[in-house]
Amino acid sequence: MNVEVTPLPGIGVRKDFATRHGRRIGVVTHRDGQIELIVSKSDDPDACLASLPLTADEAGALANLLGAPQLVAQLTEEHREVPGINTKQLPIKPNSPFDGRTLGDTAMRTRTGVSVVAVMRAGQVHPSPVPDFTFTAGDVLVAVGTSEGLEGALKILKNG
Amino acid sequence: MDHTALSLIELGAVFFALGVLGRLAGKIGMSPIPLYLLGGLAFGQGGLVPLPDIGGFTHLASEIGVVLLLLLLGLEYSAAELFTGLKRSWMAGLLDIVLNAAPGAAVALLLGWGPIGAIVMAGVTYISSSGIIAKVLGDLGRLGNRETPVVLSILVFEDLAMALYLPILTALLGGVSFFGGLEAVGISLLVITVVLVIALRYGRYVSAIVDSDDREVFLLKVLGAALLVAGLASAMQVSAAVGAFLLGIAVSGSTAHNATRLLEPLRDLFAAVFFVVFGLNTSPASIPPVLGWAVLLAVVTTLTKVATGWWAARRQGVGKLGRARAGAALVARGEFSIVIAGLAVSAGAVVGELAALATAYVLLMAVFGPITARVVEPLARGLQRRRGHGHEPATSSVS
Repeated sequence: MNVEVTPLPGIGVRKDFATRHGRRIGVVTHRDGQIELIVSKSDDPDACLASLPLTADEAGALANLLGAPQLVAQLTEEHREVPGINTKQLPIKPNSPFDGRTLGDTAMRTRTGVSVVAVMRAGQVHPSPVPDFTFTAGDVLVAVGTSEGLEGALKILKNG
Repeated sequence: MDHTALSLIELGAVFFALGVLGRLAGKIGMSPIPLYLLGGLAFGQGGLVPLPDIGGFTHLASEIGVVLLLLLLGLEYSAAELFTGLKRSWMAGLLDIVLNAAPGAAVALLLGWGPIGAIVMAGVTYISSSGIIAKVLGDLGRLGNRETPVVLSILVFEDLAMALYLPILTALLGGVSFFGGLEAVGISLLVITVVLVIALRYGRYVSAIVDSDDREVFLLKVLGAALLVAGLASAMQVSAAVGAFLLGIAVSGSTAHNATRLLEPLRDLFAAVFFVVFGLNTSPASIPPVLGWAVLLAVVTTLTKVATGWWAARRQGVGKLGRARAGAALVARGEFSIVIAGLAVSAGAVVGELAALATAYVLLMAVFGPITARVVEPLARGLQRRRGHGHEPATSSVS
């Protein structure tokens, strides 16, 4: 991705890039650390539709929301070389028997050979969850294993 | 009542009135500078309420105001930013000088104010107000726009041009000969080069000298250094303001950010006094005779600034709407036009009408600039739509 970095003398730095649809997205970082999210207009690519001031926390949360699917894609890419090993996202549905129970309770590894490498919750990535990590509905598990193992893991999370 | 009591009451009344005016300006979303000038006109000679007892304080305070205005302008930039800004914008910067200095110089010559008056008025109409423009760009959410770096780098060029222009002006106002003037130009070029090199190479040492973790110590050191440098520069016939500007450039990094935060309220206070004093020294009765010229200059230099911005933005591949925005953003004049006129008037080298014309001109431009920046987009869109109207059936039949 070609990110353009433009100094704004006396104000800060603008970093942005053009999307496939011709819009520009980026951030303006003020010198005092204030961050603004900018999105260009569709009819006037030079102007901004929005320039939203974000706190550091808000910027971090947004980065995680955008970064989580990226993590899965990256893992899939890494395992492509290894035949028979897949990466899959497994959701904890609201009616799942493991809503409110721990990773250890699923006995996932012993039953299917599948490893849970990360849990995504509310836009945050929790890498390498320990056995007493407690799941809640809406979590998405990033799991690595054989395709049969992953099928089995999906069934376990659904039916117990 | 004794003299001190009277001075305190008058000073308090002036500051309070300025505070009220500033609040008013904030409410209607404009720069407070024209209101401060109006306040000065009202309090000054021939105005509504003359205040004779605060002359001693306001005289020095307005000098400090100029030093702080330029110091904070210098703190805004790092030397590296100045160099990249200069590389990107020198052609637009030259066009800016030619288009916008010419009207001021021409009017001064027409009015018979001589070559010095022409150089002063050229500076007044040339220099945009970076303070007003940066604020307007932020308020309108245009920091992410593609034309904004174009606007900012023109402002950087103007500020550097100021660093060169002010010492030359001070030398000329001092009544030196042609060769003396050349010498002054040579000295100021040399000093600026040396300072820029120091700032680029050894900026952190300069920063280290003034830096401190203790707010109080830091404030005293940075303000002390600014006044010292300004005073020394002034003694060497380079203007005090330029000395402060160059010190500001030499201080960099986090020291510069902290200094800016610490000095901003002081600058606002003393700069307000500076504008008031400028207004005080101008008699309101002297404005009506030059008002026609001020309006003419306002109209002409609005168009020339728009043309400058349009041309510079087009060179960077910005679309038509963006070019119009860039041009309109540059229109506002303000603090530095008054600084220039103030220098000329206090040196006594120009006629009093020049102050009146500069005041009237800045009053118009400081109000007109932000308004132009705001209305340019709907206006340009309206024009585009009307012009595009004839083509509309054709495009809709294609889709």
